[in-house]
Amino acid sequence: MGDFVTVFGSLGDYEKGHIEIINDDPKNYAFSNVFEVASKAKPYEKVAVGKNQQNLIEAIRAEGDSPWYTCAHDEFALVMDGEVEVHFLDIAEVDRAPKDKEGNIAIKGQPKGKKMGHVVLRRGHQALLPANAAYQFRARRPSVVLQQALEGENTIYRWSEICLK
Amino acid sequence: MNVAVKATSSSNRTGYKSFELGSFKFSRDEYFVYIEWRSKKGRMTHYMSADAFLRAMMRDVAWGFFYYQVNFDHVFGTNNLYGRVQMFAGSYNETFKAQGLDLIETFETPQIMATFQAILADWTNAGFDPFAAPAETTTDWLGKKHGNNDTAINRQRQVSKRMVGLPGDTPIRTDANGYPVNRAFADVDQSQPEIHAEKGYEGRVHGFNLFAHLSRSDVTWNPSVTSVCKQSLFCPTSEEYILPIKHGNDRVEWFIQLSDQILWDVEDKATGRPRAKVVMKAGDVAAMPADIRHQGYSPKRSMLLVWENVNPRIAEMHATGEIPPYPIKF
Ligand SMILES: [Fe+2]
Repeated sequence: MGDFVTVFGSLGDYEKGHIEIINDDPKNYAFSNVFEVASKAKPYEKVAVGKNQQNLIEAIRAEGDSPWYTCAHDEFALVMDGEVEVHFLDIAEVDRAPKDKEGNIAIKGQPKGKKMGHVVLRRGHQALLPANAAYQFRARRPSVVLQQALEGENTIYRWSEICLK
Repeated sequence: MNVAVKATSSSNRTGYKSFELGSFKFSRDEYFVYIEWRSKKGRMTHYMSADAFLRAMMRDVAWGFFYYQVNFDHVFGTNNLYGRVQMFAGSYNETFKAQGLDLIETFETPQIMATFQAILADWTNAGFDPFAAPAETTTDWLGKKHGNNDTAINRQRQVSKRMVGLPGDTPIRTDANGYPVNRAFADVDQSQPEIHAEKGYEGRVHGFNLFAHLSRSDVTWNPSVTSVCKQSLFCPTSEEYILPIKHGNDRVEWFIQLSDQILWDVEDKATGRPRAKVVMKAGDVAAMPADIRHQGYSPKRSMLLVWENVNPRIAEMHATGEIPPYPIKF
């Protein structure tokens, strides 16, 4: 049985599913597709595709260098398409997000800090974005990242544009 | 906690034991499982194919009764009250309920867990794996009792505290630790991310291949926790054939289809009336509202990211109407 083909999506090749309504409203499902969302987004717009109270999943079009971000709690980045480097800096306490703040904040310019290292992520790879570090995404070609995050000042909502109606 | 399970001795004819919990009686024969209870109008009997029953029972046990409601089918199931568990027949079936034929009883979790585990252990024959897709296991679920399969039914769900692969956390799956790549995911890239950690930052600079991890899952329809962002849990799973239960949640749950496709039947949680079919393909994201039950059909083994909110107040917030069953207003 070597004849299975696993289908993943990509920016250039995805097929969106659909809802067949029997007795319901399609809006109840907030149905979107991360590749479609990223294909229509500007680089590093953090577009919410899932929200459960303050918990978020953001679809991000990674292209070029992102701003530097930092966050008081762990977050995670999963690459759905392409190749993304994530670089980490150990920054001083004054430059970190306030201890109890939820969600990431963008840092203006190049932060000062000790190099922690970097990871290179390809499709299916997920990285820890550890609490209190500064991190930056770098992508040579358009790529797609899903970020496990909490609602923050960088989150963008465009449900009526992205969801099935 | 040591809990007495009410069971008969093994049947001389079939070799299977029968069980009792509260007012419910459970028995099986070569093909079927029989559930009996007493309604206001007299004795009721419900029956299921034994393979479907064992697959459903396996999930209910492995998940520790999961988030709220596990329907074995349109009649029988459990509600997790987190500390106690309700077992019901007909209570969420419009006709049974309207006719007064339903029964719901509440048990301390260790008592129902011990009973369910005993049923599962006695009724699962050697050679049948209730966690596996039908193409991966045998038809040993049928016939008279022959042996058991304790190794299969005692698998522990993998629950990461922070993230897979961190020191002291759930290990990355490999051939060596007993997780070969599944036949249906033989084409999935097995590379790990490049990790370049400076000295002293090993363990903080970290990543792993989630898709490879899922390609090595040895079970179907059994979410494991892989990354934890406060109360937000990534619970991805590999799916093939039919979700053996209909899940009725007490909160909103989100699905992100990572590979291939799953077809979802969505029904009203209280009545079982059909509401929608949701067809999800790779990259699709959808919410499962808090007032529905859902059952998935995966034509090929697929990767599904189940995303949960473990806020300890959220079930109550939905139950009291403090927050709506639908997550997004637009
Ligand atoms: Fe579910």
